Amino acid sequence: MKETTEAKGTGEADGIAIRVAGLHKSFGELEVLKGIDLTVRRGEVVCVIGPSGSGKSTLLRCVNLLEEPTSGSVTVAGTEVTDPDVDIDRMRRRIGMVFQAFNLFPHLTALENLTIAQRRVLRRDKAEAVRIGRETLRRVGLSDKESAYPAQLSGGQQQRVAIARALSMDPELMLFDEPTSALDPELVGDVLAVMRALADEGMTMLVVTHEMSFAREVADRVVFMDDGVIVEEGGPEQVVSDPVHPRTRAFLTRVLNPAAARVGEVPDTGPHGARIDR
Amino acid sequence: MAMTRRQRARAIRAVQYAVLIALLLAIVLAADWGELRRAFFDAEVARSLFPDIITTALVNTIVYTLLGFGFGLVLGVVLALMRLSQVPPYRWLAVAYIEFFRGVPALLVFIALGFGVPLAFQVALDRYVTVMLALGLVGAAYIAETMRAGIQAVPKGQMEAARSLGMSHSRAMASIIIPQAFRIVLPPLTNELVLLTKDSSLVYLLGLSLDQYELSKFGRDALNQHRSLTPILVAGVCYLIITVPLGHLVRRLEARSAKAR
Repeated sequence: MKETTEAKGTGEADGIAIRVAGLHKSFGELEVLKGIDLTVRRGEVVCVIGPSGSGKSTLLRCVNLLEEPTSGSVTVAGTEVTDPDVDIDRMRRRIGMVFQAFNLFPHLTALENLTIAQRRVLRRDKAEAVRIGRETLRRVGLSDKESAYPAQLSGGQQQRVAIARALSMDPELMLFDEPTSALDPELVGDVLAVMRALADEGMTMLVVTHEMSFAREVADRVVFMDDGVIVEEGGPEQVVSDPVHPRTRAFLTRVLNPAAARVGEVPDTGPHGARIDR
Repeated sequence: MAMTRRQRARAIRAVQYAVLIALLLAIVLAADWGELRRAFFDAEVARSLFPDIITTALVNTIVYTLLGFGFGLVLGVVLALMRLSQVPPYRWLAVAYIEFFRGVPALLVFIALGFGVPLAFQVALDRYVTVMLALGLVGAAYIAETMRAGIQAVPKGQMEAARSLGMSHSRAMASIIIPQAFRIVLPPLTNELVLLTKDSSLVYLLGLSLDQYELSKFGRDALNQHRSLTPILVAGVCYLIITVPLGHLVRRLEARSAKAR
């Protein structure tokens, strides 16, 4: 792993965690990503916002190659993950990922969800995996749930276990794919609090989200995507509070004030429209 | 006089019960109980079956079935994975296998393995190996289709989550997908076990020594010896001793995995 990292590029040295260059992705006829360039520095929190179907999730899933890009390159911590000669399993263990639907392993307890990859992938012995697992569950405030099965946990608790599962692998960066979109409104706060704490600890985070307040308060940079391209990016005050591009403005009007949008001329975002006012 | 819906339903049910009871009464009165008793419930004959019917026949039936099921399960999982493989020849092989062994009678497989193979290759297969192969080869075809359905029923996000943690495809299959698939297919898999229990009776074809008798062969032998149906009845009850608790076991397992889902 070390030699590939050193051989493949200068990312480690220049503090770049993720570099996406000229990324295209098509599903059959449908072109979802139409040339994305994006850089995330080490320790940076970048939020990706935009309407449904704009390609945000696809972009995120291209970073750890859950989707194979059609063309372009993705470089993570100096290693080009799109290089066919790179061992993707070795790269993925350094990239934590949190899904909208949690995707916890339902046949395992919370603690076992945290230990299985530590043991099978990192080859940690059982005692160490359990120690790290417990410590990580404590970080997300779920020490008392270690022997609960996912079905016995609320959505918010499940998502925090999922975050802990990713963290227990000691990732260098974390990808969040709409982590609160499947949650009941009253459960969103706990998950966002965990993510906020993680950001404060200096974790590199790429977050696809509809939580505008989270983006505004936590993100170092906000990226607005629409129709497979990055329309606008910059500091959160600029993009969320004072957007330049008309498409960004239209989106934010819809998101921040859905009632007004419904009577206005702005087209609807569809069933998965962004939301903030919970 | 018009009846309400409830009155009508009650009246119809009353008629059905009356007919049923009349039928049962007719049978009870018409039957020659002494004759029936001699044929089915000859206590003397029944007593003479024990303990061998348990210690030899029942035990052998279970052993044959478990040998076949164990082999069939391993082969079935392999076939299911081949069936779902990205590599087309694997898929073709699995499909051909499944179609073939689902399509031919188990009897034919027993004859082929018991007599065809030894003749063709001049080898004498061990009795237990023959049983394991014959029952397993047939069972695997069914188990493969069941397992394939189970693997496909595990949500796609499970594989993605496992891969995102750095697991290889095969590691994710072994640690995450297949354990969940097993839970899903536990009921149909138990059906397979019940079917194999019954198919194990085909072992008689191979020619068995006394200590290798399983329930059906044992019952048939005793039938000839005693000129009585009693052994067949007792053997039947012995099969139920195996199969009925299996059904209960599945229901309990289902309840338990429902909690973990």
